[in-house]
Formats: sequence, structure tokens, C-alpha cells
Amino acid sequence: MKQKYLVIVSAVFLLIAFVAGAMYYQSQKAAAGAEAYLRDRSTYVRDYSPIRGDPAAKVEIVEFFDPACDTCKEFEPLVKKLMDAHPGKVRLIARYSPFHPGSDQVVKILAAGHKQGKFWETLEAVFAAQSQWAPQHRPQPDLVWSYIGGVGLDIRRLRQDMESPDIDKMIEQDLADGKKLNVKATPEFFVNGKPLPSFGFDQLKTLVEDAVSAAY
Amino acid sequence: MVSSSKAQDSNWTLVFVCWLIACVSTLGSLFFSEVMGFAPCVLCWYQRICMYPLVLILPAALFPFDRSVVRYALPLSLLGTLIAIFHLLLVAGYIPESIKPCVQGVPCSEVQIEWFGFVTIPLLSGVSFLAITALLILAHRRSSK
Repeated sequence: MKQKYLVIVSAVFLLIAFVAGAMYYQSQKAAAGAEAYLRDRSTYVRDYSPIRGDPAAKVEIVEFFDPACDTCKEFEPLVKKLMDAHPGKVRLIARYSPFHPGSDQVVKILAAGHKQGKFWETLEAVFAAQSQWAPQHRPQPDLVWSYIGGVGLDIRRLRQDMESPDIDKMIEQDLADGKKLNVKATPEFFVNGKPLPSFGFDQLKTLVEDAVSAAY
Repeated sequence: MVSSSKAQDSNWTLVFVCWLIACVSTLGSLFFSEVMGFAPCVLCWYQRICMYPLVLILPAALFPFDRSVVRYALPLSLLGTLIAIFHLLLVAGYIPESIKPCVQGVPCSEVQIEWFGFVTIPLLSGVSFLAITALLILAHRRSSK
């Protein structure tokens, strides 16, 4: 009988230790993220990073994304809606994480589009046609061209800009920053430096709402 | 009779300790992958295949105590030990690149944690498997005397 209790008590103890450890780890991670954000903000935002919303907003969502990632596409309208719910208080920063092979070519198009001030418009067109140019997570960057005609980009200038080494540098920098921030999957969000406790839109919404009520 | 039940009790304790080690290793590996977000490499998965079943089959040998527990637990712990040793040699660089059975993405030779400068995940795994193997053999020898 005593032996049975020993096994049951050990099992319960180990499970509680696991859950408590996980909760402790998450809270430490959030605190470390917020602290790193204050100390080393450039890892989260580079001066070339596209911004949506009021640049003076006090709540900042940093999103690491891949144009070929379908979850990123799903989140796009949701994040927009979340920002509209807090007008002028939230801004969004886009960071590149081209994890799919071939995605980097599409990121180059987006970054070159940003030089013409049309990053978000280009991204919207790229996401809208995602299932056509990246079926089954296999991006075919050459197909993207036929879907961005309506954006109003100067395509000749775009192709020239895509070849410039500073765009390669930007992508490298974004990948390096992502690695530093432990970005392993896309989309990855940071709200004023805090990572999501677990993945999901509700978790993002809670983080943003908490940050808004803390800042305003 | 009294002494034999005492001996059985201490053998029970040895198998119970094996089960504790298996539980801590299982929960620890789940902590690394699910909480800390480290993707397990192929060799880690093979070691998990050897470790996780022990959590369920060792208690079956505890109630009532089964002297022949080595017959079904030792193959798992031995195989796990071998894979862990292979993994450690790979990380240490003694096994050349070409025979790495790893897919691109999570190379098995990548060191994801390094506590005190030498404790890595495959080392933890190897120590756990070795301890379980040693305790099982000890329990077997004592009970077959």
C-alpha cells in the first residue's frame, strides 16, 4: 500500500513541478523580453523597417513574418482590426523571416516596394495571391510579378532596387535579429518587447490590450 | 521469508528509481521542446522513443513486483544508451559529417543548451539511460541470486 502511495505522490509531484516550471519560465521570458526591449531596441526595430500606424504610438507590435506563410496571411486582417480598435495607440513593425526556400526573392520585392513607399500595398497583393504563387508551401517567386500589377509600382525601378546589396543586408540583418530573439516560426509577435506566452490571436490581443491600458 | 521480502523491497526501490529517472527525463525533454521551444532533432526523437515507454511499462513491473522486468525494460534502455553515445560522439565531432542521419533544419550536432560549460541535452539523456540500465542490471542480479 505504501508503495502505491509513493508512486502516486511522485507522479503528482513531478507533474506539478513541470507545470510550475513552465509557468515560471514563461514569466521570466516575458520579463527578459521587456527588459531587452528597453536596453537593445534596435534588435526589435531597424530604421529601415516598414511601419504601419502612427509612428508616435506608444504600443509597438513587432511582427516577424514570411510572405509564403499562410498563418501570417491569416493574421494580417486580424492585426489590422486590432490596431483599428485602438486608433493612434498601436503601431506595427514588419520584420522579414523568409524561412521558406524562395521566400527571400519575394521579400526582396517587398523591400524594394518599401523604397517606393508601397510596402503594405505590395504585401496585401502578395498575401491575396499567396495560394497561387506559393501552393503547398512551395514558393515560386517568379509568379508573384503577375499579381502586383495593381499596386502602382514602378516595376523597372523595383527590379533595379532588388539587385542592390543593401536589400540583401536588410534581409540578413532581419534574420540575425530574429535568431537573437529566438524566432523559430512565423508569425512571431513582440508587443513592446514581450513575446506571446503561447501562440494564438487571443494571446496577442491580450498583450496589446494590456500594453494599451498600461501606456495610456 | 522475512529477508527475502526485504530483498524484494530493495529491488522494488531500484526499479522505482528507474521509473523516477524515466519520468524526469521525459518531462525534461518535453520542457525543452514544448516550453522552451527547441525543436528535437532526429536522434533526439529516437532517444525519446526509448525513454517514453519506460514511464508506462516500469509501473506495470512495480504492482505486483515483477522480477523479469529487465526482459522488457533493458532493451529500451540499452538501445537508448547506444543512441545517446552516438549522439554525444557526433556533437563532440568524433563522427564525421557524412554519416550524420539528420535532416536539414535541426542538425543533431547543434548544441542547444550547455550548462556549466559541459552539460548538454544528449549528455543528460546518456546519463539517464546509463543509470536506468545499471539499476536494472543490479536489480536483476540481486533477484536472480
